[in-house]
Amino acid sequence: MEKTIDQIRDEAIEAIATASSDVDLESVTVKYLGRKGAVTQFLRNISQLPPPERPQAGQKANAVKKDLELRLKDALQRIMSRAEGLAQGLDVSLPGRPAGFVGSIHPINQVMEEICGIFSRMGFQVVEGPEVETDYYNFEALNIPKNHPARDMQDTFYVSENVVLRTHTSPAQPRVMEKTQPPVRIIAPGKVYRCDSDLTHTPMFHQVEGLLVDEGVSFGDLKGTLTAFVHQMFDTRIQLRFRPSFFPFTEPSAEVDISCVICRGRGCRVCSQTGWIEVLGSGMVHPAVFENVQYDTRRYTGFAFGMGVERIAMLKYQIDDIRKYFDNDLRFLGQF
Amino acid sequence: MKVSLSWLRQYVPIEMPVETLAEALTMAGLEVEALSDRYTYLQSVVVGRVVKVSAHPNADNLKCCQVDIGNQRYPVVCGAPNLREEMLSALALVHTELPGGAVVKQTMIRGELSDGMLCSEFELALGPDRSGIMDLSQNPTVGQSIAEALNLSDAVLEIGLTPNRPDCLSMIGVAREVAAIQKCSVKMPGVMLKETKTPIDELTSVQLDAPNLCPRYSARLLDNVSVGPSPFWLQDRLLSVGLRPINNLVDITNFVMLETGQPLHAFDFDRLGGHRIVVRKAEVDEPFTTLDNKERHLSKDVCMICDAERPVAIGGVMGGLESEITPTTRRVLLESATFNPISIRKTSKALGLKTEASHRFERGVDPEGTLYALDRAAQLMVELAGGRLFSGCIDQRDGHPSATVIELSVDAANRLLGTHLDAASMAERLRAIAFETTIVDDENLLVQVPSFRVDVSRPEDLMEEVARLVGYDKIPTTFPTVLADAAAGDHLKDQRCRIRQILVGFGFSEAINYSFIHQDSCDRLNLDQDDERRRQVHILNPLSEDQAVLRTTLVSGLLETAGRNISRQVRNLKLFELGRIFLANDKDDLPTEKDMLCGVWTGLRQPLSWHSRELPCDFYDIKGVVEGLFTALRIEKAQFTSLATEKCRYTNPGFSAEVKIDGSPVGLVGELHPQVLERYNLKQAVFLFELDLTEVLDRIPTYLQAQSIPVFPATARDITLIVDQTIEAARILEQVRGLDVALVEDLYLFDVFQGNPIPRGKKSISFRITYRSSQTTLVDEEINALHKQITETLIEAYDANLPA
Repeated sequence: MEKTIDQIRDEAIEAIATASSDVDLESVTVKYLGRKGAVTQFLRNISQLPPPERPQAGQKANAVKKDLELRLKDALQRIMSRAEGLAQGLDVSLPGRPAGFVGSIHPINQVMEEICGIFSRMGFQVVEGPEVETDYYNFEALNIPKNHPARDMQDTFYVSENVVLRTHTSPAQPRVMEKTQPPVRIIAPGKVYRCDSDLTHTPMFHQVEGLLVDEGVSFGDLKGTLTAFVHQMFDTRIQLRFRPSFFPFTEPSAEVDISCVICRGRGCRVCSQTGWIEVLGSGMVHPAVFENVQYDTRRYTGFAFGMGVERIAMLKYQIDDIRKYFDNDLRFLGQF
Repeated sequence: MKVSLSWLRQYVPIEMPVETLAEALTMAGLEVEALSDRYTYLQSVVVGRVVKVSAHPNADNLKCCQVDIGNQRYPVVCGAPNLREEMLSALALVHTELPGGAVVKQTMIRGELSDGMLCSEFELALGPDRSGIMDLSQNPTVGQSIAEALNLSDAVLEIGLTPNRPDCLSMIGVAREVAAIQKCSVKMPGVMLKETKTPIDELTSVQLDAPNLCPRYSARLLDNVSVGPSPFWLQDRLLSVGLRPINNLVDITNFVMLETGQPLHAFDFDRLGGHRIVVRKAEVDEPFTTLDNKERHLSKDVCMICDAERPVAIGGVMGGLESEITPTTRRVLLESATFNPISIRKTSKALGLKTEASHRFERGVDPEGTLYALDRAAQLMVELAGGRLFSGCIDQRDGHPSATVIELSVDAANRLLGTHLDAASMAERLRAIAFETTIVDDENLLVQVPSFRVDVSRPEDLMEEVARLVGYDKIPTTFPTVLADAAAGDHLKDQRCRIRQILVGFGFSEAINYSFIHQDSCDRLNLDQDDERRRQVHILNPLSEDQAVLRTTLVSGLLETAGRNISRQVRNLKLFELGRIFLANDKDDLPTEKDMLCGVWTGLRQPLSWHSRELPCDFYDIKGVVEGLFTALRIEKAQFTSLATEKCRYTNPGFSAEVKIDGSPVGLVGELHPQVLERYNLKQAVFLFELDLTEVLDRIPTYLQAQSIPVFPATARDITLIVDQTIEAARILEQVRGLDVALVEDLYLFDVFQGNPIPRGKKSISFRITYRSSQTTLVDEEINALHKQITETLIEAYDANLPA
């Protein structure tokens, strides 16, 4: 028995699918549609069928022929375009033309921007002051008189007896309060200087100072504000611990520890196994500071806080050596 | 401040585990920075069995033995008379650090190997017996550490005290805090004095001539003391907090200071000229030899303790060599005084002399505490040094300061803290730390501050006490309610941020260099003698020569950074810094601080790539950066003109340009001078830009107005002129713009050429003029006429030719 047109069609479709080159396709074409091809033969043989079957068989064989022609055309296109790609097209795996060197903003400035951004959204205004500061604004106005042991808390670079490199960004407090009346809501970012240099200290570093003064501002408000900040800066699972401390310009004063962002409080090298990391100094503005700027201490209260940007960046990026910040090795800068 | 738990327990029972205590103290404001066990040094001292004793071949007084510690045997040479086989003793293994500071080493003793040391209890600071090695025969576990075998454990808390809490620079002070935490009371050591009949006044006197510097001077007198080592318990107390015992008298003064916080001084009474004390101000430049055998010269604000003839101590800081206690001392004058904190601090700073005494006095010592400490020490000297105490004491003081009494408003406290405490609970907290508190009514407390709390003087101070005893963590967390006015943004900060982002987009990385630099940086940059950047701000106490002055330019810092990177084989650098420079003004005036923006580019123009050849960056690359920055900032009318040599000494003449906006100079751009490169040890060309940031920011347009997009088509015409080669191309383009022809929309310079066929000394400049009207489509005739007119103007102005 000769093959039916359906069998021929199925064989041909299979042959087209497995053809991997234009030569293969050519032989498939010859085998089925050529002068002596199977479909051609079938068409020729229709005349030998009984007359009533002829029209239907003819129609069917013609349809198969058309279908195979289309399939061959598609397959050829598919195979040719692949071949063309390799012969005359692109090796798209080659590197593209560089858009240029890729630069980066210093990690300290990135983190400082982020800190300022969080407080800006809370309505704090950014202010700046001089980096070379008078003894008055750096110390006296902040209730740190000359010859007070609290001066030992900060090793100071002196320019003259009454001029220093600011040891903190806190001079922004008296400078702003002298000029404005409450409500005051400011943050002051910038460089500060202390004559101390070792594994964990550089003689220059960055701080962000904050101050909020109004009627009825409480220690609870300080806790809330700083909690919101820490949760935005790191994540909302971070715990905060406020513990009593001493700064001459705040009373009560509090150090703020956060649960270690590296080990999540379980204890690691970064937090010296304590699970806590000190990140902020804070407190309620000392009445002596208000008196120095002629604020009514019965009417106004306020809180102030300060943080080291290097420390926060170290936690954020797990940087192990503070000196890397100012070494400016491009291989370091390029990571951020 | 180190506190050992065993010592602390003398004054207050401790009911909680030491970790909990440390946590509680930290949360009460006495930060426990470290918690350790004082016996950790005993970890490598183990129980060993002496197994084989034999005579030392080369020494009659020594024996050789083997010590078995279970898994190992050590040969040990030992001279103890009680050494015998089968005894159990304490073997300090090699590397053990003994309490005296010595480290056990493997050694040859008279030709015999000794691998460890058998110790007496004295050598291990465990007892007074030094007659022989420890005999542990009661404790059979060989190999166990001594600390474990003898059940030795004593926690040591290291407390980082803030300067406002001098009252806690004593065991009793810390005990008071512990008592407040535990809600119990402090047990003060009782003092019972046995005195002789002779009153002290008959033998000595104290004359207080400087009551400002020394408000109170109390003294007692003893005779018949014999100086010698302290009993073990006293030595042990001192050792527990890391203090070396010296002799009984000195140890007693140290012990009572650590116990009460009141520094004491013991004088050899027989070495006091005239047998009396005079307290006075020092004379200018008065010489004095302190206990540490150094001659010091004093200033007139120093408080001197003198005898009838000469100074014997720097009050509150250090005693003198000539009146110190010696082994032959028989009579002792015991001083317990208070000093002016400011004067002590000045003296201590001026002399560079920090002592336990000065540390306490500069922070403030209880003015009412001198007598208790004096009596306590006198009693111990009677008990431990066989002293006889003369009757009574001297107590010279400058009036009686009245106790501080503060009115505390309950409401004000609650408002400041954000709490809801009532009068009674506030009173309870304050009473727990010895503040005598009267509840006047629901609203008001009257609080008497104990004399040892010299830091408390205002209601806010009391509020802090209440807060810390309640616990900061118990204070509810709230948010401030502040008027919702929009905070004005910081325009400058925002613009700086924008500039950073633009430069980063151009492939530059931001550096932050130290604000201080080496003094010779000006010379290295070739700055003229009268350059304002030579007005450096000098730091009086720099950390090093490299950091002795504040920078007057950002260039040196960036060049150093570039050098550092290149030395580490990072040779392609695009760096910028945005920061302040400091120009000195008159002394005591603050310097002028200026924001500057500086960038350097060195190495390749593009990252290495298979697409192009390696090309080094050049002048036009760095100039393009500045042009691009200005375009991005929407600053128009920037000009670059050839920079005169005298305007900048660190760039290469002929390869640098002054940058102007609207005619005013704002900075420069150029290639670094080879001489400067050499001084910074840079071996590749460096290009830089340096801009006065404030000047640039001032010229950023505040408002932008949208322009409509043209509807009618543009037509372009090219023009090539042959001009003298000295003519700057930009001048020609500026002139075209200056013609202010409405239809000229844009100019684009597309070629500059020198060489054949252009005649020598000439160059050809080609640019395209785009013409466009906003009203209509231009017709060729109109444009041709206009173009011809412009061409002719230029030919005439620059004596130019058209190409052949």
